[in-house]
Amino acid sequence: MKKSTTLRGFSAYRLWTQLPRLEVSYLPDLLMFATGLALFYGVVTVGRTWFGPFTPQVEISRSPWMLPVYAGYSLLRITLAYVLSLIFTMVYGYIAAYNPRAERFMIPLLDVLQSIPVLSFLPGVMLAMVALFPGRQLGLEAGAILLIFTGQVWNMAFSFYASLKSIPKEMREAARIYRFSWWQRFIEMELPFSAIGLVWNSMMSVAGGWFFLMACEMFVLGARDFRLPGLGSYLQTAASAGDTRSILWGVATMIAVIVLLDQFVWRPVIAWAEKFKVEQVESTDAPRSWVLNLIQHSPGLAGIRKKTLTPLREKLMCHFARQHSTEEGEQLSTWKVWLLRALAVVLLLGVGYGVVNVIKDLRGLQASELRELGTGLGATFLRVNLALLIGAFWTIPAGVAIGFNPRLARIAQPLAQIAASVPATALFPVVLLLLIRVGGGLGLGSLVLLLLGTQWYILFNVIAGAMAIPTDLKECCNVFRLHGLERWKKLILPGIFPYLITGLVTASGGAWNASIVAEYFHFKGHIYTTPGLGATISQATDSGNFDLLLISTIVMAAMVVTVNRLVWRRLYALAETRFRLEM
Amino acid sequence: MTEPIIEAHGIEKSYPQPDGTRVQVVGPTDLAVEPGKIVALLGPSGCGKSTLLRILSGLSQPSSGNLVWHGKPLDGQTPNVAIVFQSFALFPWLTVLENVEAPLEARGVAAVERRKRALRTLDTVGLDGFETAYPKELSGGMKQRVGFARALVVEPEVLFMDEPFSALDVLTAENLRNELLELWLSKKMPTSAIFIVTHNIEESVILADRILVLGRNPARIRTDFNVKLHQPRDRKSARFVELVDYIYKVMTEPDLEHTLPDAETTAEIVIPAGGIPSGAAKKAEAPLRTARYQMLPHARVGGIAGLMELLHDRGGREDLFRLSEDLVMNVEDLLPIVEACALLGFAILKEGDVQIAPQGVIFADADIQRRKVLFREAALQYVTILKQIDSILRRKSDHSIPDEFFHDILDEHFAEDEVLRQLETATNWGRYAEIFDYDKKTGRLVLTEQTPAESPAESPTTIAASGSGSGSGTTSGSRAG
Repeated sequence: MKKSTTLRGFSAYRLWTQLPRLEVSYLPDLLMFATGLALFYGVVTVGRTWFGPFTPQVEISRSPWMLPVYAGYSLLRITLAYVLSLIFTMVYGYIAAYNPRAERFMIPLLDVLQSIPVLSFLPGVMLAMVALFPGRQLGLEAGAILLIFTGQVWNMAFSFYASLKSIPKEMREAARIYRFSWWQRFIEMELPFSAIGLVWNSMMSVAGGWFFLMACEMFVLGARDFRLPGLGSYLQTAASAGDTRSILWGVATMIAVIVLLDQFVWRPVIAWAEKFKVEQVESTDAPRSWVLNLIQHSPGLAGIRKKTLTPLREKLMCHFARQHSTEEGEQLSTWKVWLLRALAVVLLLGVGYGVVNVIKDLRGLQASELRELGTGLGATFLRVNLALLIGAFWTIPAGVAIGFNPRLARIAQPLAQIAASVPATALFPVVLLLLIRVGGGLGLGSLVLLLLGTQWYILFNVIAGAMAIPTDLKECCNVFRLHGLERWKKLILPGIFPYLITGLVTASGGAWNASIVAEYFHFKGHIYTTPGLGATISQATDSGNFDLLLISTIVMAAMVVTVNRLVWRRLYALAETRFRLEM
Repeated sequence: MTEPIIEAHGIEKSYPQPDGTRVQVVGPTDLAVEPGKIVALLGPSGCGKSTLLRILSGLSQPSSGNLVWHGKPLDGQTPNVAIVFQSFALFPWLTVLENVEAPLEARGVAAVERRKRALRTLDTVGLDGFETAYPKELSGGMKQRVGFARALVVEPEVLFMDEPFSALDVLTAENLRNELLELWLSKKMPTSAIFIVTHNIEESVILADRILVLGRNPARIRTDFNVKLHQPRDRKSARFVELVDYIYKVMTEPDLEHTLPDAETTAEIVIPAGGIPSGAAKKAEAPLRTARYQMLPHARVGGIAGLMELLHDRGGREDLFRLSEDLVMNVEDLLPIVEACALLGFAILKEGDVQIAPQGVIFADADIQRRKVLFREAALQYVTILKQIDSILRRKSDHSIPDEFFHDILDEHFAEDEVLRQLETATNWGRYAEIFDYDKKTGRLVLTEQTPAESPAESPTTIAASGSGSGSGTTSGSRAG
């Protein structure tokens, strides 16, 4: 009996070893070849349109057949914006982490930039880019890409900076005593150390890119109407026409793109980044990805890598090592010092000039506009916090239930992840359609949109927090018969507190930023709007009232930074000290 | 005598404080590393021995004094050295082989040659077969072997080791230490000298040809001698024990002169090239720092009580070395407790022995509440910082003061992280003695109203919790008033 099972096991094993070898050797290479062809076609198409003549108002077709092309364009924009963000992140984070004098200005500046809503960058960026590439579609495209960039870059830069700052002292000393050149330090220490943080923040950033896609691809600027072919403009066109079928097609395409991205990009990257985890012991269930397996087992790719990347890496390493060994100390030559000083003075002058002009502009504002601003600020403040409250109200019990029950977690977590990855703006037309049918206006709708966009942050963090509560503490509560309210007060709420705060901070920032798309919406040829700071910003962009745009942006940024400093940072400190679970 | 590889003349290290003063971490120190020798630097924790290692290896610059390599100043160049770190400091994303290859990569060694040298070194330290493993797959001992391989692959002239065995368990450390010694004695190591920083006295006597003992605040050499015992050294031999005892004495009673064991067979004092014994230099400088602040040893109250009980049970007198062996404790852990007992007048240190004092006997016999009273009396009599806190709190009308105040006082005497540790110890002691309460939320020290004798009896496990609770109560009360 025993023998036969092992025999069967053996033959199955042989089959299993032969089959994948057949697959593994040809399939990946074929796939990679096909991908290469498709990429080439894409580059040619894009090149033709981008370098073609300037057409600010591309006709957006509502045919579902155009959707793959539109999705391709949108994806390309997001990718380019992401690459730009990555480059910016490296440069900014590096300087901020290694130059203490620059750090003092750069980090608060990052805080402020992070709190400026994307749409506020729109007029400046667009007009500058169109002027930079006159008569070419490239200008408009570059503008849209830069806009998406402004929505993605800040948290990545911050993550990179924080990672660089937290490299252990002894690891740094090892790099110094073994004479690493800056390049080797970067490739073998700094980049790997910050990889995990960068990957997670990249995912968040790209998701943010999808959220604002509609706003970035199709907008009115004063008297001019700009449209770019893309998924965002498709959805917006469909929404303006009230075409439910097209909206659903568009949403379905977006979800499909997001799921594909998750399978083909993020999952492999996460599985690959697992090796950068700084931990002393191996974790038992590491994330896996079949795509990563394919890539790693493709002999063709391995061959290409051996011919190109490996020698290139070797050359660079040797080059910088030689340069490093001939360098005499790290003294800057005097002319470089003077150049830096001159640059700093020019920068300061520029900032001063800007501030003076802003003050001059603001004097031209009317009292009624200021009053509107005040009420708008109040309304948005209430709305954002109400959304947080409602979000917390349902996600805390739900998250704790999921976190405490492993079987439930296995089912609920992937579902919630898919739900969270769908940008709320894409669903918004559907939601609005329902609300109008029921009879609610945008007042309620904006709240729903804020909620759709931000509740996930809270949910995921609460689940993580509930899972992190040690079993012995739970058992201790059982022993002392702590149930119901007492159990919540003594165990659950303190246990999830740090996670809850992290979730709320992210959600709060996201909600303020989302208010600009939530409070002002083109739909079926109408403009639906509800009083709020976000609506004021959107309206000011639409009508080309730059003074109002400026002041409302400043007000919102100031508000976000103040709330962060006064409320969130303190709660964060509390979570770090009093509510930390240390055993 | 051969020419030394590294010579340090009067090197000092101090850090600027926010208020413009400087805190000295390493006092003026002369030392030399000679070829063919293992030099061990011993000292209590936080005494600046790691700082000294970093200065010698060129990682950090001395604030004053000069450092020469083969008679020439360094001028910003990195000498050919390697460091084995306490935390291993391996790159977790590189395989064992890649980790060992990295220093060669930095020197521009070609790929084939690099691999050959790395594999040879891995073979020497007994790691063949592990080339493609990642550090997280390895045990602590194996990780440190990778650390050794990475250090040896560059064939450093001096191999620096910063507490290389203290993150490992006792058996692994013993094994690795022996292998290191074997490699060194059989000349399989491509280094001409080893400089090891440690707090383990036995380890230093087993390994070193020359031992320097460092005192703290600021670091300064207390004794410097050559070990003349033959390798392999026998831990149980009388001469070995004698030497260990001598070092114990130097570390526990820094102000007394101790005589080295027999110079012919065991050890001899090193006379610096200038001909002045290090003791004389120390005396000449002492007046510069007349008002030195008392430094608290970082011991917990529970440890102090435990040691008193143990001493009392064992007849009142015990040899420190034997005690540490029996308790399976490092000096690093035992010494602060012994010093705390001595500081509080519960025990007396004499020639490497610890003797219980009359007050200590009373303390060991007392019950929980009585102990608190005794501890309080001793603390207010002998501990400067607690005396200061008590008198200031009594003089203030609301009997409370932010802890930053004392932070600033200590700041003038200690380096930043030492200030924090001093305050932590003082807070622990003061809370136990019920001199004051500490409210962590507001960061304020508050005078305890009741004397411990009047307070109702509490079980020992609830002391900390009820202490902080009543602390917040008094703060809010005093604020309202």
